[in-house]
Amino acid sequence: MSEKSNAKHLFDDPRNVDRLLRVFYAICVLLVIVDFFVHRHIEMWWEKMPAFYALYGFVACVVLVIAAKKMRTVVMRKEDYYDE
Amino acid sequence: MNELPPFLIFFLASLLVFPTRGVMRKVILLATPILAALHIALNIDPSVNSVFSLLEFELNLLRVDKLSLLFSYLFCVASLLATIFALHVNDTKQQIAGLIYAGSALGAVFAGDFVTLFIFWELLAISSVVFIWSRATERAISAGVRYLIFQVLSGVLLLAGALVHYKSTGTLAFDHVGLNGVSGWLIFIAFGIKSAFPFLHGWLTDGYPEATATGTVFLSAFTTKVAVYSLARGFAGEEILVYIGVTMACFPIFYAVIENDLRRVLSYSLINQVGFMVTGIGIGTALSLNGAVAHAFSDVIFKGLLFMTMGAVLHRVGHVNGSDLGGLYKTMPKTTLLCIIGAMSISAFPLFSGFVSKSMVMAAMVQEHYHLLWLFMLFASAGVFHHAGIKIPYFAFFAHDSGLRPQESPNNMLIAMGMAAGLCLFIGMQPQYLYSMLPWTVDYWPYDLTHVLTQLQLLFFSALAFVWLNKQGLYPPELHSTNLDAEWVYRKLLPAGVQRGLAFAQNLKASAWAVAVAPMNSVRRSLSESSMAKYNLSESWPTGSMVLWISFTLVAYLLLDIFIYE
Repeated sequence: MSEKSNAKHLFDDPRNVDRLLRVFYAICVLLVIVDFFVHRHIEMWWEKMPAFYALYGFVACVVLVIAAKKMRTVVMRKEDYYDE
Repeated sequence: MNELPPFLIFFLASLLVFPTRGVMRKVILLATPILAALHIALNIDPSVNSVFSLLEFELNLLRVDKLSLLFSYLFCVASLLATIFALHVNDTKQQIAGLIYAGSALGAVFAGDFVTLFIFWELLAISSVVFIWSRATERAISAGVRYLIFQVLSGVLLLAGALVHYKSTGTLAFDHVGLNGVSGWLIFIAFGIKSAFPFLHGWLTDGYPEATATGTVFLSAFTTKVAVYSLARGFAGEEILVYIGVTMACFPIFYAVIENDLRRVLSYSLINQVGFMVTGIGIGTALSLNGAVAHAFSDVIFKGLLFMTMGAVLHRVGHVNGSDLGGLYKTMPKTTLLCIIGAMSISAFPLFSGFVSKSMVMAAMVQEHYHLLWLFMLFASAGVFHHAGIKIPYFAFFAHDSGLRPQESPNNMLIAMGMAAGLCLFIGMQPQYLYSMLPWTVDYWPYDLTHVLTQLQLLFFSALAFVWLNKQGLYPPELHSTNLDAEWVYRKLLPAGVQRGLAFAQNLKASAWAVAVAPMNSVRRSLSESSMAKYNLSESWPTGSMVLWISFTLVAYLLLDIFIYE
């Protein structure tokens, strides 16, 4: 490998990953706080729930991943399944 | 000159590719989409119809309206981007296929009648399979055959539907068809195969990931979008499309989460995005139809961009398996950044192109009171971000360090990806230009506080779920695997069924033979047991013994003749 491959890169330092995540968490918190001050247009009753979209996004993705993981037990086969 | 159908520019260029080499050929390849776009912009008058007569049919090669114009510009842009991306490839087959493929797409969107549409429909099929076969692996060749079977089947159904349509209505004109009678359904299924309806989508997730690094970029742009155009033209407002579209938007995201081949992940997300367009067409209001075609426009560019970034990785590394990639940002920083722009566009972040087009479909769903289905689409929106927005860039460029240190993408690839990324941002920030090209007049503006805030909440908390699942170790690892999908039916079930059937037929034959032969054997046995059986001659009559006895008889006659009559 060349010298370049041994060079330190941005996310080799775990502190940088932590910094990125902290900024990310801060934005998440901010988005929820803003929700209480902004008057959203409401079309459907469930939108009245505070931070509905944030909750929905989080729950949707957790459900998606758990369901997909479960799906593996049914649909997953070896990589060369069709080649046999 | 004014009525020269634009597809001819591409077809003529494909003839010029043969005798030229090197730089000259590259100039031709690059100039063709630009010339075609200029020709459409300057020479073609909207509302022109150029009708030719063939036998007793009138073929309309150039039906121009805002719908066909929008798609024609889109295909010129897509063709230019894909050509730049593939400029380093010196493969005459793929270069010609690229021109014929893009030209056929233009021909199809300007086709005013079903016969013309059918011809370009089949040309799309034949020219596009070259990109799969050019990979030249065993898998690619058999995937290409399956791909071609589906595409040709779609064409056959289209032709059959068109003939029944002609019989019942007396016209071949391709306008609104609707789901009336046999012809409507035949044409609907033909369009459905090409737009990858659920259970008819196997060719896409099977074929696209097997194509060449540059070929998938071409493939992702044209076939499904011609189908979306055709659905918008022929079946706008058919409610069944809403349900089909929602299904298309939802089911692929589960597969995308567990799929390892990142280009197959993108193929699933292509179906998911087409789902939004199909839903928009099914709702059938001006807003939703505009949303559908606007989303087709932005999708071609951001999905093209994502396929380009994965094509670049494939080009440099030799595979795109999420399980074996990671840490590529260290040596491919530009590609990483461009991939993130594509990922944010497909996830519909504000200021990126997906946001301004997908939101029209979502808004139309609320307007037309599809509230429950809207929740499903919101789920699909979160899911897109999860698998295409996060998974693709994360597993390819970050995640664990795979130790791979590939070179940055070649310059032509970077230019193509850069142009696509620029367009994603331009459409996202200045949507008025795209909106002014839309076929229906609608007063819609995506940027208001509610919409931006709710979208950001949805996306950031989807990302939070990803971070949380990863930290908890709940996120499914990328694994070398094959996931069973619709293609299992014809790749395993049908062949196994045929094999079983053949074995059954063989057994049947054997037992039938036994049943027929048994009485014959018993007759033979009873004969051999009769009292006559002890005489050897009754047992068998070989010709040799007959000849022997005849010669004995003749000798006897001869002796009698000599000795008695003397």
